[in-house]
Amino acid sequence: MSEIARSLHELNAMDTLAGKDSPVHRIDPRAKVITFVVFAGCVVSFRKYEVSALLPYFLFPAVILPLGRIPMGFLARKVLLVLPIAVLIGIFNPIFDRTVLFSVAGLGVSGGMVSFTSILLRFVLTVVAALMLVAVTGFNGICATLERFGVPRAFSVQLMMLYRYLFVLTAEGVRMSRARELRSVGRAGTGLRDFSALIGHLLLRTWHRAQRIHMAMLSRCFRGEFFLRRPMRLGSADIVFTLAWSSAFIVMRLVNMPQAVGRFLLEVFP
Amino acid sequence: MYPDGTEALSDISIRITHGESVAVVGANGAGKSTLLLHLNGFLKPSSGSVRIGDYPLTKETLQEVRRTVGMIFQDPDDQLFMSTIQEDVAFGPFNLGLPRDEVDQRVADALERMGINHLRDKPPFRLSAGEKRRAAIATVLSMTPDIMVLDEPTTGLDPLGRRQIITILREFTHTKIIATHDLDLVLDLCARTIVLHQGRIWADGQTCDIFRDEALLHECHLEKPLSMQGCPVCSAGTPED
Repeated sequence: MSEIARSLHELNAMDTLAGKDSPVHRIDPRAKVITFVVFAGCVVSFRKYEVSALLPYFLFPAVILPLGRIPMGFLARKVLLVLPIAVLIGIFNPIFDRTVLFSVAGLGVSGGMVSFTSILLRFVLTVVAALMLVAVTGFNGICATLERFGVPRAFSVQLMMLYRYLFVLTAEGVRMSRARELRSVGRAGTGLRDFSALIGHLLLRTWHRAQRIHMAMLSRCFRGEFFLRRPMRLGSADIVFTLAWSSAFIVMRLVNMPQAVGRFLLEVFP
Repeated sequence: MYPDGTEALSDISIRITHGESVAVVGANGAGKSTLLLHLNGFLKPSSGSVRIGDYPLTKETLQEVRRTVGMIFQDPDDQLFMSTIQEDVAFGPFNLGLPRDEVDQRVADALERMGINHLRDKPPFRLSAGEKRRAAIATVLSMTPDIMVLDEPTTGLDPLGRRQIITILREFTHTKIIATHDLDLVLDLCARTIVLHQGRIWADGQTCDIFRDEALLHECHLEKPLSMQGCPVCSAGTPED
């Protein structure tokens, strides 16, 4: 399978996951979006040398992933795919920040190493949470929530169309790439000239395809509104979900749990 | 009329009455798909008018016309754009503003009628060509249209899939307008045939009469349906020893 075909498959897999039925899927999209925002806000608000206080936040994916029936391996692959971005952001920290903060078994650990680890942890946590949100809510659910929160409809519909356009673009890309591979006999073609022609054609093809899809939507009376497979209904379970998790995130932000547990254990078993 | 001034269709005057099953045939580029796009308001005639039932096709009546005319496009991939088949079939009824219970009922009915209930939670890309075609028809059936317009409904289907589509279309008793190259399908489903050639109506009449007119078919780059051509083995006679 080519890289583009694989991307299309994975994109579809996210949609398939969103179509599952589980206790987490049944939570109102608004409740999930608010919970995610609190989670992300707490995680990114830590100071740059914080590592231990971030660890309890892994409880969130650890509970939601099995409950939402999201395969761990699938998510891990996606995180690994974008991890190089975080590595690029923090890779120079250990070089520039050499202040030793503490030592482990006589080995000094620099501030740069700690801040680099912190960046990686925060990156993994927020990316996992974002993917999880899409996998248990669906892109339509997220866009509908944005609309309910006051985002103009034109913007949310644009966002949804853009998401669907990704599928069209990738599907057309797969066909073109297959046709090129079959005739390039394992070589890269004629380089930039080939590439620019391919990109131009891809744009035109997806444009035409998008037009045909839009016609099919209009012929079924589309008036700029998408509907959700589950109606939005904010019940007590949704409120409990949001309040419980949000409070937990805020407590984790205010109290360094691993340190507190460590201190407590030392008091009990001196 | 194309932006460059080329006439795609001209002198088109057709009246199709309720319950009729009409085929629109013609060579590639004859204007079949262009004609169909006028029936749903995607294209507007540069002169003259289109009337669907009691409504002239105008900006004000467009939504009502689109509810009345169910359009099934040539490529089912263009018609199936949601994450699952169920969502795709529900798309039209939701846009009609129907309550959720009614939408669910219509989705269930359409899927049942097309025999694809087991595919309701599947994403469209996982379906075979025949299944996609049936799903595309279900997306339109759920809107309970009075007129069904189909562009090449059997293209790319295997013989069994083709036969299933023909059987399903036969059960749809409202008006059907089918643009196709599959002349055997026309024989099976349509009593009336309109032949388009170079953007004009070359013939309009009983399907059997038109398909017997070899000169007309030849002139319009068409051939007699296979079922009217006779068996090549029998007509070859007894092979000599």
